[in-house]
Amino acid sequence: MSLRSRHATSTVMLTLTYVAAIIATLPLLFIIFHLLRQGAAFIRPEFFTEMPKPVGEEGGGMANAIVGTLILIGIASAIGLPVGIGAGLYLADKRTAPLATTVRFLSDVLNGLPSIVLGIFAWEFMVRPFGGFSALAGGVALGAMMIPLVTRTTEEMIRLVPISLREAALALGYTRWRTSVSIVLRTALPGIVTGALVAVARIAGETAPLLFTALGNSFWSTSLNEPIAALPLQIFTYAISPYESQHAQAWAGALVLIAIVLIISLIARYATRGRHDGGGD
Amino acid sequence: MTGTAAPPVGDPIAGIRPAGPVETSARGDRVFQIVITAFAISIPLLLVVIAVSIGLAAWPALSRSGLSFLTSSKWDVAAGEFGAAPAIYGTIVSSILALVIATPLALGVSIFLSEIAPKWLRQPVGFLVDLLAAIPSVVYGLWGIFVLIPLLRDPIAPFFKDTLHLGNTPLFSGPNYGYSMFAAGIILAIMILPFISAVTREVLLAVPRSQREAALALGATRWEMIRDAVIPYAKSGIIGGIILGLGRALGETMAVTMLIGNRPEIAASLFAPGYTMASLIANEFTEATSDTHLSALMGVGAVLFVVTLIVNALARWLVWRVTKGGVR
Repeated sequence: MSLRSRHATSTVMLTLTYVAAIIATLPLLFIIFHLLRQGAAFIRPEFFTEMPKPVGEEGGGMANAIVGTLILIGIASAIGLPVGIGAGLYLADKRTAPLATTVRFLSDVLNGLPSIVLGIFAWEFMVRPFGGFSALAGGVALGAMMIPLVTRTTEEMIRLVPISLREAALALGYTRWRTSVSIVLRTALPGIVTGALVAVARIAGETAPLLFTALGNSFWSTSLNEPIAALPLQIFTYAISPYESQHAQAWAGALVLIAIVLIISLIARYATRGRHDGGGD
Repeated sequence: MTGTAAPPVGDPIAGIRPAGPVETSARGDRVFQIVITAFAISIPLLLVVIAVSIGLAAWPALSRSGLSFLTSSKWDVAAGEFGAAPAIYGTIVSSILALVIATPLALGVSIFLSEIAPKWLRQPVGFLVDLLAAIPSVVYGLWGIFVLIPLLRDPIAPFFKDTLHLGNTPLFSGPNYGYSMFAAGIILAIMILPFISAVTREVLLAVPRSQREAALALGATRWEMIRDAVIPYAKSGIIGGIILGLGRALGETMAVTMLIGNRPEIAASLFAPGYTMASLIANEFTEATSDTHLSALMGVGAVLFVVTLIVNALARWLVWRVTKGGVR
């Protein structure tokens, strides 16, 4: 091959990577464009304060679904954060111990399981034995999804804490667990908060596990033992319904959901920037 | 108060005694250790509980029909016959389609971001691609129903059928309703793209500089450097990323349920509606009234669980090999 044709090949291939980059960013822009075009007109104050209207009536809101999603996130966080942070502390502490390696690997595997599998688990584990769909079961399914995410970010953030800080605390007479909790954990806190936010953003839009657990509810309910409405479930129901008015609501709901998820993601990204100088003093 | 227990052997602070008043330091440490160990152990435990509950739920169906549950292509709820083959077939085809579309794109983006793009472009482009992973599945489904499906009906499907004259080949034959394996494959491709590209980018960045410098010093063009020095080094990690994407595609539920057409038949045409394991479960679960139907759905769930477990374990192992090697 001549030098010229080698350079030509190189130029063509490198240009193709530019094309790939452009194509890869297009879907996101398309989706956001359509969400804004179809959904923005329906985002009024009523959307956040009113209940869904019956089929055929215009207007109405998704107040119950928004509150339901917040409740589900709350339950999931109550399960996922302590377990995830605890396991992350353990992994950062033990590093290469056989159990730590196993847990790290299995946590990655758990992270890759389809969310619908966790829905089936929560259904068999929580819904069937207790005889009914419930917000609690939905929270358990989502909480199980959060655990591996929080575990791995916690571990990574704790590893960033300089060893000298730990040594200084020990030298001053802190016990090991006080060092872990009030020095190491506190220093790593901004990063851990970021990880928690990323995990919340991920589960906030989950739908599949909720089909088996929280089920959805067209009425106002905040009881943990009853089926509860959720934004993603409502979007799903409305999207596949034959009614125009419900399609409009689905777009509006999707816009709100995306806004929640993106805002959380952006906060998380912003918070990570200051992680090296954050927190401990 | 001090000296209630000897510090463990090899402890870096062995022999250092706290100066101030110490409240049962050894016991506090032990309790703390037990607590975080318990949290850590809860992860393997959770996996076991998940496996057991799915096994229990699926057992009636699996024991009733045995191996024919996997091979029978007849899924007839009214007749009480449940064969998972159409759903297994649909899962494989839609995932392969997604990989075929997403892999070259993800590789291209990753090479662009790690080797070629000017510094100021890397952050924003990487961020936009990463954000694809943050969009909920149900939003992809909504967008698919109202934007992608109409586009498939016209102009995309007619382009394949008439312009390219592929209408008579089995892959593109038959009527086109929009809701199809093709639609599911495209949406899956968009959804797994950020996962593949994130891993690929990471392993490409783990390739040592010396590898690139050596290739350039030998007179390679930039593309030859990437092809002959960078990609081979990162190969197993890239394959890991692709398999990780496969794992996502296999289990993706909502968007596929909304777009694939949900018909339990094996059709050669990509424009025909189909089913995947996940979409079958999600679509029929709320309507399932009989125990045999429910248990058959859980049987499909069990197959999905086992398959994704294996695929994920394999992918992680491959990625670990490269990223660890790169850091070392």
